[in-house]
Amino acid sequence: MHIIEVTQLQKHFGDFKAVKGIDFFVEQDEVFGFLGPNGAGKTTTINMLTGLARPTAGTIQIAGHDGIREIKKVQRIIGIVPDESNLYDDMSGYENLVFCASLYGIKKQEREKRARQLLKQFTLDDTGSRPFKAYSKGMKRKLTIAAGIIHNPTILFLDEPTTGIDVESARQIRTMIRSLNNQGTTIFLTTHYIEDAERLCDRIGFIVEGRIIKVEETQSLLQEAQREHIVEFKVEHLDEGVIQEFLQSFNQIQVPRISDQTIRISSGRPIELMPYMEFLTSHNSKVLEAKLVHPSLEEVFVHITGVEIDRLKKEKEGKK
Amino acid sequence: MNYRLMAYGNILKKDMQNYYLKPPNLSWGIIFPISWTLMFFLRSGSDVDIKAILPGVMALSILFGTTSMLSVTITFERKSRSFERLLLSPISLNLLMLAKTTGAIIFGIINAFIPVLFASFFVDLGGIQWTLLFSGVVLIAVTSTFLGLFIAVSVNEVFEAQTFSNFFRFPMVFLCGLFIPLEQLPRVLRPLSYLFPLTYGADILKFSVNHQASINRIVSFAILLLYAVGLFLVSTHNIKKRWIY
Repeated sequence: MHIIEVTQLQKHFGDFKAVKGIDFFVEQDEVFGFLGPNGAGKTTTINMLTGLARPTAGTIQIAGHDGIREIKKVQRIIGIVPDESNLYDDMSGYENLVFCASLYGIKKQEREKRARQLLKQFTLDDTGSRPFKAYSKGMKRKLTIAAGIIHNPTILFLDEPTTGIDVESARQIRTMIRSLNNQGTTIFLTTHYIEDAERLCDRIGFIVEGRIIKVEETQSLLQEAQREHIVEFKVEHLDEGVIQEFLQSFNQIQVPRISDQTIRISSGRPIELMPYMEFLTSHNSKVLEAKLVHPSLEEVFVHITGVEIDRLKKEKEGKK
Repeated sequence: MNYRLMAYGNILKKDMQNYYLKPPNLSWGIIFPISWTLMFFLRSGSDVDIKAILPGVMALSILFGTTSMLSVTITFERKSRSFERLLLSPISLNLLMLAKTTGAIIFGIINAFIPVLFASFFVDLGGIQWTLLFSGVVLIAVTSTFLGLFIAVSVNEVFEAQTFSNFFRFPMVFLCGLFIPLEQLPRVLRPLSYLFPLTYGADILKFSVNHQASINRIVSFAILLLYAVGLFLVSTHNIKKRWIY
């Protein structure tokens, strides 16, 4: 059953088209990953699905409700965890959770019980009385997720849930996302961390420049990627002329990425290294390293979106 | 309890605890009216007519209290993104904004009666039409709060909210007949006075305390109500346009 169904969704800001007529659906009980480089339209799409932005055109159906006209009905059954914490600094963790529950009509006793349960579940029970502003980044993120699920939503929207937090907190959050999904919550996840998507998502939609270019099951994407042979050369110097000549000389192979000092080539067959080494050396580009790359979802992302891995890394660091 | 009523009550309670009952804001409510009273006292020597300046001090206490608090708290919550959490909750925008403004309205009403409390130690307050005074105070508090809301949704930064507030507040101090009767204002400025909602509120207060008025009370109440509804509608329209983009 499709719990979210989006048809020809568009969002324009004046002349700028942030989302250009996207179509996708999310199955009930699945973890759906929404991946794309910065500025691809991920947050704009989430904002339209959750009621923070009005679509220019298109339709949204969420759990049988019109996601545009009946947004208040939709907001009763969805939980939203934005990319930045949005709780109240001066209120304690416990008070924040109790307050958030009150917005959904949960009775006093029930919301206090649920707040205590969630603090325990997120290992925040010792710090529940501390003001939110005194929390670490990881604790803030955990409490924001707890606030997003205080009313037991049917669908949870998570925007970059593990960005910028410590390894242990990120691990706990991943476990919690999996556990929520096992309990029947549908998860809509956007992330810069391809590893998160690889570990958590049942299906992934790739969005680039406002268009969805692929939606597929994670396992199929990985199998497809693993059929590829990838070699990466790190060289001392690369200039534009050499790059162009390289592309012309080896036009039978795929060169999905060329960046400052690195050339990455991929092929459906095993790659013979010597011709490439010789070419680079003869063009005064000393090869510092040649390594075999094990294809992962990151390779699929790079292949599909055309984003260079270096840019992807910079985007991740920027987010931190 | 209806979930809407529960959300309304809890947003109000949260705002009261987080903003209005904080010591700096409580002290503002006390210091501001005392400062205004002292200012007039010093200016006119020891024979200041407390009853004559009381409506003006009350009106200014409401105006400055409500517009300052609301424009700051909403702008602050918007900056820290906690306002987004409220926008994403299942309550309607109108109810949400009513909940957010009720705290400021109550704060304004309390602020208005602090000068009355002080005045009661010095002058006989007999003869004041209390029901009319209270109604006037409530309506000024509502209108000023919605003016604060209008300002809050028109800016992005807290400092902009304060600057923009002063653009409205200071002309009102001098042009609303609070301390200079409307009849004594230069003829060219008088039409401007009638554009400000506080002119009508101050006139109601003056009549309640000193039985002097320039405008019919029914007209004043009707115009204040129109301003309140108009400012609220324009503000919610601006929120939909600017924040639910």
